[in-house]
Amino acid sequence: MNIIVCIKRVPETADADVIIDKSGKDIEKSGLVFDLNEWDTYAIEEAILLKEKTGGTVTVISMGGEESNESLRKCLAMGADDAVRLTDPAFGGSDGFATAKVLAEAIRKIPYDLVFTGVQAEDDGYGQVGVALAEILGIPHVSLVNSLEVQDKKVQAHRELEGGLEEVVEVDLPAALTIQTGINQPRYVSIMGIRKVAKKEIKTFGVSDLNLKAEEVGLSGSHTQLEKIFSPPVGEGAQMLEGKPEEIAKKVFDILKDKGGLA
Amino acid sequence: MKKIIALAEHRRGELRDITWEILSKGRQLAEGMGAEIEVALLGKGVGNLAEALKPKAHRVLLIEDDRLEAFNSETYQKVLTQLIIERKPFLTLIGHTATGMDIAPALAVQLKMPLATDCIGIDVTGETFALTRQLYGGKVNAAVSFLKNGPYMITLRTGAFPVVEKEPFPGEIVSVASPLTDEGLAKRFLQYVEAAVGEVDITQADVLVSVGRGIKEAENIPLVKELADMLGGALSCSRPVVDKKWLPKDRQVGTSGKTVKPKVYIAIGISGAFQHIAGMKGAGTVIAINKDPKAPIFGIAQYGIVADLFKFIPVLKERVKGLKKS
Repeated sequence: MNIIVCIKRVPETADADVIIDKSGKDIEKSGLVFDLNEWDTYAIEEAILLKEKTGGTVTVISMGGEESNESLRKCLAMGADDAVRLTDPAFGGSDGFATAKVLAEAIRKIPYDLVFTGVQAEDDGYGQVGVALAEILGIPHVSLVNSLEVQDKKVQAHRELEGGLEEVVEVDLPAALTIQTGINQPRYVSIMGIRKVAKKEIKTFGVSDLNLKAEEVGLSGSHTQLEKIFSPPVGEGAQMLEGKPEEIAKKVFDILKDKGGLA
Repeated sequence: MKKIIALAEHRRGELRDITWEILSKGRQLAEGMGAEIEVALLGKGVGNLAEALKPKAHRVLLIEDDRLEAFNSETYQKVLTQLIIERKPFLTLIGHTATGMDIAPALAVQLKMPLATDCIGIDVTGETFALTRQLYGGKVNAAVSFLKNGPYMITLRTGAFPVVEKEPFPGEIVSVASPLTDEGLAKRFLQYVEAAVGEVDITQADVLVSVGRGIKEAENIPLVKELADMLGGALSCSRPVVDKKWLPKDRQVGTSGKTVKPKVYIAIGISGAFQHIAGMKGAGTVIAINKDPKAPIFGIAQYGIVADLFKFIPVLKERVKGLKKS
């Protein structure tokens, strides 16, 4: 089973103070820690688990600058065999559709049975790339996969629906699957593990290496454009309880008593 | 006349709430553009659903076929591609749901149609639309525009567009022939799998103490569990806690978990992703404890506390213990 996993390096913002930068089109990135997109961590883990079971190779692909090598190496340390970075000034400004085109052309150059992506990225959250690139490649897809089993020339996959419900589908290979968080427990990567793969070659492809023209990618090949970013409007908002911890605790207790929070 | 087509979403014989949200927003956009709103309903034996949709659109486009009994992106894509080519809507609206996420990106590629996903705001601006999306898990909003000319496709976030009651349309149901054949499919629906039933039903609790990513380690869960016990409530959580296997899935509040309506909901170390909020916004009183003053959870909570939960929860537990006695 040869598996290609598309990954992205993203800033960790869940616990960070997010500030809009001077351009008004992005957030201030200095000071933020970057890591492999959370969904992709599960996708690469799932690919490696499958490889360990059935043999074959795992190739990891990312579109991005040299800093993306860090995330590609993390995947190599986890157990991926090869890494490819797609980089070209022409790729700048790519939306989900343009990104899918670039990834699809790179995937065409590599033999595969399965393509994995995360369901979405933590930063722009399109939730679009995996399903779009399947259509560009002309292969079937299954999105929101939270469990899977390979059987001969097909995959049986569970899709996560709303309200705890799942649906089971069967898809012929080759296919593209978008992987949901929680599908497995991604392995820990040690610093030693990263060091071991530090010298491993990461191939790079630019627009001329792929079957694409510069105008088909980047902003000119995109369908949408970000105009500006802004802070979400605050609703009525919470009444903030302030004071010493003991005073706040007293207030919380009174609220609980008043609102039926004490059984 | 210009048209908007909205995709009706249904599962196991019931229309899903997103359908009414899309139709409400779709009608407002249609009025703004001088367009008609049509709703596409794909299924098997769904005449009753067509009747229910009739007052909400100029036309219900009903495509019935045995092969459409359960959702399958492959059959849906075939049907919708033909429908959109024939009826030429200027705008196609789909929910950003488990259904929409499985169909819209591929459909848009096939139809060479610009697609904007997971929108929380849509405004008509001449011959195009101004869109609002969220980035970085809802920490910032983004104004987004289309770079190409229409027709367009947009997917709408669940719960982002209120359902506004308006004068019903006289409506009509138009049966459209299904283009599906017995040709084999690369993707086949097999069955639904119900959510596992857990030991505690969090939907029945009056008090929920809910824990999120901020709890950091599985070893810290008892800190919050004890508080829940002291209050006679149940312990629930947000998605990251389940993804990390710190609590079972049946404790999860949110879109892919459970929808809860307790009297009091205490959110501890939960930032408030929209998927989580969708599951608990019906709570009577929400008290949120988070160390990030900008956490979206404070936008919907009635009471907020900016604090390190590891310092504050022990103090709160002491208080509850002390004052409950007195």
